Amino acid sequence: MSQMTAKNEPSAFQRAMKKFLADFGLPRIIILVTFILLFVLAGVFGMNLPSFAGDVLRRWGMFGILVLAMVPAIQSGIGPNFGIPIGIVAGMVGAVLSIDMNHAGVFAFVADDGMRAFVQAMVAIVIGVAAAIPMGILYGMLLNRVKGSEMAITVYVGFGTVSLFNILWALFPVTASILILPATGRGLRQMINLNADFAGAFDQFWQFRLPIFEFGTMTVRPGLLLVFFFACFLMWLFTRSRLGMVMSAAGSNPSYARASGINVDKMRILGTTISTCLGAVGIVVYAQSFGFLQMYGAPMMHGFLVVAAVLIGGATIRRARVFDVLLGTFLFQGILVISLPLANVMLPDVAGVPEMLRLIITNGIILYALTKVKGGR
Amino acid sequence: MQEEYVLELEGIRKAYGENVVLNNVSLAVKPGEIHALLGENGAGKSTLMNILFGMGVIHETGGFDGTVKISGKEVKFVAPTDALAAGIGMVHQEFMLIPGFTITENIKLGREDTTPTFASRIFGKSLEKLDRDKMNSDARRSLDSIGMGIEEHVKVAGLPVGYMQFVEIAREIDKLGIRLLVFDEPTAVLTESEASQLLDVMKTIAQKGIAIIFITHRLPEIMVAADNMTVLRDGELVATKPIAETSLTEIAEMMVGRIVENLAAGQDMENSDAPIAISVRDLHVEMPGERVHGVNFEVREGEIFGIGGMAGQGKVGIANGISGLFPAEGDVTVFGQPLNLSRLGEALSNNLAFVSEDRRGVGLLLDESIAYNIAFRVMTTRREFLSSFGPIKLLNSRKMQRHAEEMIKILDIRCRSWRQKVGTLSGGNQQKVCLASALTLKPRLLIVSEPTRGIDIGAKELIMNYLSKLRREEGLTIIMISSELGELRSLCDRIAIVTDGKIVDILPPNAPDADYGLAMSAVSKETDSSLGEGGDNAPNYGMMGGTTGDGGGFE
Repeated sequence: MSQMTAKNEPSAFQRAMKKFLADFGLPRIIILVTFILLFVLAGVFGMNLPSFAGDVLRRWGMFGILVLAMVPAIQSGIGPNFGIPIGIVAGMVGAVLSIDMNHAGVFAFVADDGMRAFVQAMVAIVIGVAAAIPMGILYGMLLNRVKGSEMAITVYVGFGTVSLFNILWALFPVTASILILPATGRGLRQMINLNADFAGAFDQFWQFRLPIFEFGTMTVRPGLLLVFFFACFLMWLFTRSRLGMVMSAAGSNPSYARASGINVDKMRILGTTISTCLGAVGIVVYAQSFGFLQMYGAPMMHGFLVVAAVLIGGATIRRARVFDVLLGTFLFQGILVISLPLANVMLPDVAGVPEMLRLIITNGIILYALTKVKGGR
Repeated sequence: MQEEYVLELEGIRKAYGENVVLNNVSLAVKPGEIHALLGENGAGKSTLMNILFGMGVIHETGGFDGTVKISGKEVKFVAPTDALAAGIGMVHQEFMLIPGFTITENIKLGREDTTPTFASRIFGKSLEKLDRDKMNSDARRSLDSIGMGIEEHVKVAGLPVGYMQFVEIAREIDKLGIRLLVFDEPTAVLTESEASQLLDVMKTIAQKGIAIIFITHRLPEIMVAADNMTVLRDGELVATKPIAETSLTEIAEMMVGRIVENLAAGQDMENSDAPIAISVRDLHVEMPGERVHGVNFEVREGEIFGIGGMAGQGKVGIANGISGLFPAEGDVTVFGQPLNLSRLGEALSNNLAFVSEDRRGVGLLLDESIAYNIAFRVMTTRREFLSSFGPIKLLNSRKMQRHAEEMIKILDIRCRSWRQKVGTLSGGNQQKVCLASALTLKPRLLIVSEPTRGIDIGAKELIMNYLSKLRREEGLTIIMISSELGELRSLCDRIAIVTDGKIVDILPPNAPDADYGLAMSAVSKETDSSLGEGGDNAPNYGMMGGTTGDGGGFE
């Protein structure tokens, strides 16, 4: 042993690098390098970099809370929650009801348009969370019966719930014409424009445009990011609280938790419910920034997007931190934001190619993330 | 009967690193002989058999010294298949049968009889057709030869456990040229009548000239079936004798005997007037592999009470039942307070702390720091190590760190810092963290299960001394469960021996070795005299239920 170390003793720098590599993980470094490469490439092709940067930040905040929903799920032991569409449809119920209330004049007491949008978004969140709680509890009870195969079950419970709500959307009893499919006169539209409702409810606050030399201007939306960071902070507080620690112990070692007098099944239900609620909050934040509320099959594939994001951030199916959410969402959405317009510039004028590329890139990243899944201990 | 030996092991020595597990062990078996191989858990029986079969684990850890001779010729097995080719077979403790296959298919698995087909002439032997008639008739012959009337085309799934054992045996004797069969605790999972039937089968096989090595914990079976016996203890050969020249008591003594160093053990607690700390009445525990069928005992305050016995007999189940980790029934009263065994965390909230034998599985959060592990249970059950920020209580790292550093010093936990993840600690240091975590709960009754399993001597000594000190200085009541009788005898005031899920005897640490040996083979003093002769009526040494845990296993 001693002879070996004498021959090529690694320097302090080498050791620090090695530790950094091990801690940070090769997959994350590859993704990070890809992101930077794409950014440089976009610059080479003369694209509007500051506008991209603004978009990356915006998508970060848009998707962030949905990805954050993975943390309580993974910590409580159910693993990556592919069934996040369950929370999303709950949020959609909240959003639709909030829009209907607006057009019935419920929010007329708020004079300022911006404030009304904010109030309306908050009402959507409250209703969404209220709907998500019972759904999350039922979903958690289901997952307690299928321990060990949650990965597959969550995918299909998510699909099933979206399909079930498709029927509900077609029959949803609302009166506001902006919600109703004009062709049939009943049922919700495929895509609901939120401009007259809560579009920009959080984005609008302190929004400013930042010119970056002659490259262009970057739109910054501090309001959106603040909402995202605040949610992250609350989640971090929760993981440091007694309940959060109990829940995380139940997830990382159920036998240990039981020996400590913890009801593991209850903690799994708690984690699932929090995750589902965050899904409801997440879709409202997403929609207000996007400007549209997409109904019907839209949330079907969201589970894969958010799981891939948190895994790229460095989470495993047994361990996830808030930091993984921040990093993973940024990298995943960042690559998407830049690669699509870049691909369009590099392969112009072929019909249907942009959509194909979008699918290839998105699913490629998801596939890559899933191959990097570490199966816990 | 020829006089030449079918198997000779000479001067076998094996060490794992510094740890010598077999030292100068020899064993010789003649054709047609049933040779019993005896010893406590960890005596070296499994290692010896691993060497005989050329198991990978032996070569990967540096091989062994000594010679193995089959029919007088020295051999070097490097893989189990070599041993099989030389005519050595093994009847496994765990059933290595495929449930969805028929008995014939299981017996013939890997050695199928085939007939050539058109495809096989082109593509090779793997496409030949199964000769089912021949396979069935072979299987029939093997089954008949061990007196098993069951139809050979029945599927193994759903057969009674005993039958599966017989199918295993049929498979081994179906192999051509089988000369030596090793039976590894074959009766452990059988009912009484199945066990005596199995002993008969073994004798039948032996009469055909096949030698048998019979590993068991049940001494009365040996008296009935074996011709000779060899006793191992702590890797040393104690004796090899014909059964006719020995007795149950003598064998028991040879298995157990060792020098006992006394750590202030053996206080006369039975007659003390100290209040009862815990009383257990008719405790039944459903712990797979460690079932408990009705256990009664009382421990007085300030006592160190030992529970010993072979692996898989239920001693570990007692602790897990009381701690509420496995479904249990019975009346358990701790310091006058009856425990509701079905409520989670009941033991914890009644001043009872449990250090599990499954350190990595139950005892620790491997991904968390030493400090977190030590503080966790107190934090969740007593809400300590928290500080309030308005309505929310958050972890107080500073308090946790200070406590951990203190524990690290007291228990001499070897680590880089309190931040180190316990998953990266050695077994002994992990055990110390477990102990620290239990002591942080400030229990009045501490149950430690297998506290010294798989840890180094230094840590072992420290833990034993610390437990003794806790009792002496703080009057802590301790129940210690261990497979190592020597440890129990050096530390405990009284020792209960558990066999087949029941307490057979409660002995003082200075009781004769023979008493311990007998208790471990489920012979309590009262029934002793009726045994030893053997005969057709198998004595009642209780074979109901209870699969073995980590007794053997040759993987």
